[in-house]
Amino acid sequence: MTSAAPIEIERTESAEQSAAVPEPDVPWVTIVHNDPVNLMSYVTYVFQTYFGYSKDKATKLMLDVHRKGRAVVSSGTREEMERDVQAMHGYGLWATLQQDRK
Amino acid sequence: MPGHFEPLPGGGAAVALDAVEISIIRSLTVQLLELIGPGPAEDASADPLAELFAEGPSRPPADPALHRLFPDAYRDPEQPPADPRQEAEQRALSAEFRRYTENDLRAGKRDNALAVIRSLDALAAADDDGGVLELSPRESRQWLGALNDLRLTIGSRLEITDEDDTDLLYRLPDDDPRKPLVMAYLWLGGLQETLVHTLMP
Repeated sequence: MTSAAPIEIERTESAEQSAAVPEPDVPWVTIVHNDPVNLMSYVTYVFQTYFGYSKDKATKLMLDVHRKGRAVVSSGTREEMERDVQAMHGYGLWATLQQDRK
Repeated sequence: MPGHFEPLPGGGAAVALDAVEISIIRSLTVQLLELIGPGPAEDASADPLAELFAEGPSRPPADPALHRLFPDAYRDPEQPPADPRQEAEQRALSAEFRRYTENDLRAGKRDNALAVIRSLDALAAADDDGGVLELSPRESRQWLGALNDLRLTIGSRLEITDEDDTDLLYRLPDDDPRKPLVMAYLWLGGLQETLVHTLMP
């Protein structure tokens, strides 16, 4: 027979630090990055076709990608942004997702 | 209308292609298919359900052209990770994303490339010298995706990493070994540009 040893709870500093779980209410964003191969007309077409954006909005986002190197093209839950990023990769656009830390 | 697509009344697009142009697009598309590789169900196993449950790879492709087609979803190319812990986290999240998406993405790109080869073969079978290729709206979208993937992979082979590189390629001397691939790259760009305009909503 044996008895369970008393459990010693030791809170280490590193355990507290690694508990930096992202805040759930901070939205996620899909970012499209510039590349020298994709045509400007094609990128605009993708934004209009996949996201249903107007020609004006799609063109503005495309120009942001072209001139600033990147543009936030959608925001929402992490699952929604993973869906958008997968779709962008399907079209051949270079997209990533991240939490929108301002 | 050599070298460019025109819209068809009622939807779809058409382009005139001669035998040489057909063989160039076909050969580049076959190379793209070889690069993308077969789906998991084609790997010996005869179980049709295997593909549904097969997990994709978790490591990024070693080939730079493939890495461009299937980039890391959680790694911002302009903002390197702040520290090793963030780098490990981004790598783990990108790996998980890859496992659940890359097989589907590869399948979609394969379907597009196969649609291109099918329509070219039908055109070549009808007339040895080529002719006018007519695409339905669905085929137009598949061609659009395949032309983009072709240009991305050729762009990667030519090491086009910024807009200035494209300008340099225009001015290559005729005896440069990259010249034929550059000509193909620019020509495919013209095809894609005119095709996208026939599809604009």
